[in-house]
Amino acid sequence: MTQVSMTVNGKSVSGDVEGRTLLSGFLREHLSLTGTHVGCDTAQCGACVVHVNGEAVKSCNMLALEADGADVGTIEGQANADGSLNVIQQAFQDHHGLQCGFCTPGMVMSAAALLKENPRPTEAEVRKYLEGNLCRCTGYHNIVKAIMAASGQDVSSIAAE
Amino acid sequence: MPKDSGIGASSKRREDVRFLTGAGNYTDDINVHGQAYVHFLRSDIAHGRIKSIDTSAAEAMPGVVKVFTGKDFEGVGGMPCGWEVTDKHGAPMQEPPHPILAQGKVRHVGDPIAAIVADSLEQARDAAEAIDLDIEVLPAVMNMKAAALDGATLIHDDLKNNICYDWQLGETDDAKVDEVFANAAHVTTLDLVNNRLVANPMEPRVAVGEYKPGTGDYTLFTTSQNPHVIRLLMCAFVLGLPEHKVRVVAPDVGGGFGTKIFHYAEEAFCTFAAKACNRPVKWTSSRSEAFMSDAHGRDHVSKIELALDADNNFIGLRTNTYANLGAYLSTFSSSVPTWLHGTLMAGNYKTPVIQVNVKAMFTNTVPVDAYRGAGRPEATYQLERVVDKAARELGVDPIALRRQNFITQFPYDTPVALTYDTGDYNGTMDKLEVAADLAGFAARRAKSEANGKLRGLGINCYIEACGIAPSNIVGMLGARAGLYDAATVRVNATGSISVMVGAHSHGQGHETAFPQVVADMIGIDESMVEIVHGDTSKIPFGMGTYGSRSLAVCGSAMVKATEKVIEKAKKIAAHLLEASEADIELKDGEFSVAGTDKSVAWGDVTLTAYVPHNYPLEVEPGLEETAFYDPANFTYPAGAYACEVEVDPETGQVTIEAFNAADDFGNIVNPMIVDGQVHGGIGQGIGQALLENCAYDENGQLLSASFMDYAMPRADDVPFYGVDHSSQTPCTHNPLGVKGCGEAGAIGSPPAVVNAVLDALNSGGKAVDHIDMPVSPSRVWAAMNS
Ligand code: FES
Ligand code: FES
Repeated sequence: MTQVSMTVNGKSVSGDVEGRTLLSGFLREHLSLTGTHVGCDTAQCGACVVHVNGEAVKSCNMLALEADGADVGTIEGQANADGSLNVIQQAFQDHHGLQCGFCTPGMVMSAAALLKENPRPTEAEVRKYLEGNLCRCTGYHNIVKAIMAASGQDVSSIAAE
Repeated sequence: MPKDSGIGASSKRREDVRFLTGAGNYTDDINVHGQAYVHFLRSDIAHGRIKSIDTSAAEAMPGVVKVFTGKDFEGVGGMPCGWEVTDKHGAPMQEPPHPILAQGKVRHVGDPIAAIVADSLEQARDAAEAIDLDIEVLPAVMNMKAAALDGATLIHDDLKNNICYDWQLGETDDAKVDEVFANAAHVTTLDLVNNRLVANPMEPRVAVGEYKPGTGDYTLFTTSQNPHVIRLLMCAFVLGLPEHKVRVVAPDVGGGFGTKIFHYAEEAFCTFAAKACNRPVKWTSSRSEAFMSDAHGRDHVSKIELALDADNNFIGLRTNTYANLGAYLSTFSSSVPTWLHGTLMAGNYKTPVIQVNVKAMFTNTVPVDAYRGAGRPEATYQLERVVDKAARELGVDPIALRRQNFITQFPYDTPVALTYDTGDYNGTMDKLEVAADLAGFAARRAKSEANGKLRGLGINCYIEACGIAPSNIVGMLGARAGLYDAATVRVNATGSISVMVGAHSHGQGHETAFPQVVADMIGIDESMVEIVHGDTSKIPFGMGTYGSRSLAVCGSAMVKATEKVIEKAKKIAAHLLEASEADIELKDGEFSVAGTDKSVAWGDVTLTAYVPHNYPLEVEPGLEETAFYDPANFTYPAGAYACEVEVDPETGQVTIEAFNAADDFGNIVNPMIVDGQVHGGIGQGIGQALLENCAYDENGQLLSASFMDYAMPRADDVPFYGVDHSSQTPCTHNPLGVKGCGEAGAIGSPPAVVNAVLDALNSGGKAVDHIDMPVSPSRVWAAMNS
C-alpha cells in the first residue's frame, strides 16, 4: 500500500492504494465518487473520462499513483457553485443528450475539454473529438447537438428535436 | 403549437439532473456493509468434459471465503426458459438443463465453472488462478447446418440431436406453396445472414446479493429491465425461495436493449452465496466478461423466396431459417426466432400465402436471446432485402413495388397469425418521400459521382408487433408467463401523487413521460406526480420493460388506475359540493358541478380523503388505486426509412450521408423522447449494418471479445438523422392510442443501409445483388471486384 494525495474537485484527498489501483477505482471505491463510470476494460468507451490537470483523461487507463499531486476534476464537480447545471450539462438536458445516463459523465467531461480547446467546433469536429466516447443509447444525434448548442451555436435547423 | 405540458409536450427529462451531476445510483454504485466479491472462473474451451476440478489450493489463498463449483448446486434448479415452443410435429422443444455453474461439461467459452468468493476482487481473481482444472476437449459444434446433421457431435448428451425445435408457421401444405411458386411469373431468391450481435449496454451487468439471517430476508440488487420477473424466475424455478422473502431491486440501469431482461446465473449465484457465505456478495462484470456471458442477439442464416405474378403482385413467400440459440436456452430465447419473427413475415404487404420454417440450433456459443427488436429485425431484413432485390430484377421502382403491395384495409388478418388493427403505410411513405427529399436524389448522386464516389439510396418499410402481449394469446403459443402490467396510483393527502409502475426505465424517460399522462388526466402540474419503479418491495407487480411495451401496456394500467382514482375523487367531491356524482366534472385540477360555479380543488378533495370528517359514509377513506392491464392485441408501429450512402469505389468504404425515418407510432406523449428512441435505434441498426459482428472461430473461440475487436458505432460513423412521426394512426385497443417506439429504429434501419449500398454499387455498373452485414470495406471491395 502506498499513500496517494491529490486534489479532487477542489478538495485535498488522500488514501492508501495498491500499486495496481486505477484512478477510476480510487475515485469510485475510496472517495465514493461514483459518478465516474467504468464501461470497459480496454480504455475504449470513455465512460470514465475525468480531468487531470485540465486535460481529459480516461481514469481507467491511469494508475491512482500516477495522479499523485494532480488536480483532478470529476462530474461531481461540474455544476455551478449554486448547484445549478453548468452550460454543458444544461445543454444536454435541453437537447435530450442522454438516455440511460451511463456514458453521460464521460461525455460531459469530454465535451468540456473539447470546448476549452475549440470553443466553436463544427459538427465534424465534435464527432471526431468524441471518438473515444461510446454511447449505446442516443445514436449520438442529440449529444452532438447539445455540445454545439453549449458552444453558443444555433442548432435549431438540425433535423428533429 | 407544441404543448408545453401534459400529453404531447416535449417536457425535459427530470431524471437527467441526477445523471448529469454524477448522482445516479447504478448497481455498481451500491456497496453493502461487509460485502465479499465473487469472481467467476469461466471456460476458455468451447466444448469439453470436466474430468476434475481441484479447488483446495484456491481455498487456502488469502482472503478467500468460499469456492463454489457445479457440485454445490446439484440440489438447486437450473436457469429456466420462459417459453415452450412446440415444433411442427406437435412435440415440445428440446429443453436441456442450464446449471448455475457447469456440471459435467462446459459448452461455450465463458461458461462459468467455479465461483470464488473473497474479501476483495483481486484476491478472488488471484485464487481463481490456483484452481486446477482437467477438461477433456471435445469438438466444438459451431456451424448450424452441420450441427443439424445426423451424427453431429452432441452438445447435450441427453438430447436426441442439436435441434431445439423444427418449427413452422403459415401455410402447412407444402404442395400448395410449391404450386404458388410454380405458377409465379417471377421468383426472387436470396440467401442471407443476420449477423450475431452483442447488445453492449454501456453499463456492464452487476449483482449484489444480501441475506439477513435474523429475518430470513434476501435482497438482490441487479441490473435488470424487469425485477419482478427476475424474482419470480429465481424464486420459483432456481432457488426455491418464497417470493415474499426476496426483494429484487433494479436501481438506475445503464441501458438494456433486451440483454438485461433475462435471468442470469450470476444473479441466482449472488443470492444463494449471500446465505451460504453469510455475507453480502457482489459481482461486477468486466466488459470482456460481458462479451462471453451476456446473451447475444440475432444470428440467423436464412433463405427467402418471393413469388410475384405477372403484374408484380406478391403471391407467395417462403423462408427457411437456421436460428442460433447458443449452448443453452436463455430466458426468452425460444420465442425470438418463432413468435417474434415468423409472425412478422407478412410485413406491410398483402402476400396471401406465406410459409415460415425455422430450425433452432444449439451450438457451442454464448446463449442468444432478444436484442432490440428481437426477431422482428431478422424478419424485416429478409423481407425488405428480397423485395428490393425483386425490384432490381424486374427493373421497377422499389417504392412503387412496395406501394402496390401494401396492405390498405384494416383490420387485416395476416397469413402468419396476427391481426393488424390499424396503419397507413402509404401515409408514412408519403412523409418519407418529402422528408428525405427523394426528388432531389438524382442531383445528389450526380454530385457524388462528380467527386468520384458512388451514391446509393436504400428504402425499406417495417412493421413490428409491440405492446407485448395479450396473455391469453401468448399462453396458447407457449409463453410460461402472462404479459400484462400493473400500476398503483397513490394520491397523498396534499394532492401529490406517487405512481408505482411495473415498467422499468433504463433510458426511456418514464420518470418524465408517465407523469405527463397522469398530470394531464387530472389537470395538475407534472411536478406533482412522480413514478416509482424498479423495486419489488415498492411496486405491486410488473412484467418490466421490453418489446416497446412500457407505455402501451404499463401506461394503460396507469391510465386505468388513474381513472379509478378520479372516479372515487368525484364521489368525495360530490359530497363536498352537495351535488350528484353524475354532475361532477374534473378540469384543470378543479371539480365542479356542471352548469354552476360551485367547485372544489383537487387538493381539497385529496385532503378530505385522508381527513374524512365531512365525508360520504359509503366511501372508504384514502385515495389509492391499482390496476392490472392485459392488452387485447399487439400494437403495430410501422414506417418507412431511407438511407443515402456514398461508396468509395477505390476502397469500398461506405459513409452514411443521410438517414430519414418516417414512423407511425400512433399517439405520442413526449415527442422529444420518441425522437431520441428512434435516433438510438437507428444508431444500433447502422452499427449492425456497417460495423458490428460477433465472430467465433471454428474451435469456438470468441474472436470479438472486447471493444478492440467488436466495432461499436462511434459519433463519427453516423450522421444527424431526420425523424418524422406525424403520420399517426392511433392504436385502436389501448386507452392512450399509443403503439411503442423503442425498437423501430433498430428494426427499420439495417435493410435501408444495405439496400443503399447495393443501389450505389449497381449505379456504378457493378451487378452485385447481396452483401452480408456488416457491410465492411473489405466485403464491399470484394463484391465490386469479384
Ligand atoms: S472505462 Fe475507461 S475507457 Fe472504458
Ligand atoms: S445515454 Fe446510455 S450510453 Fe449514452
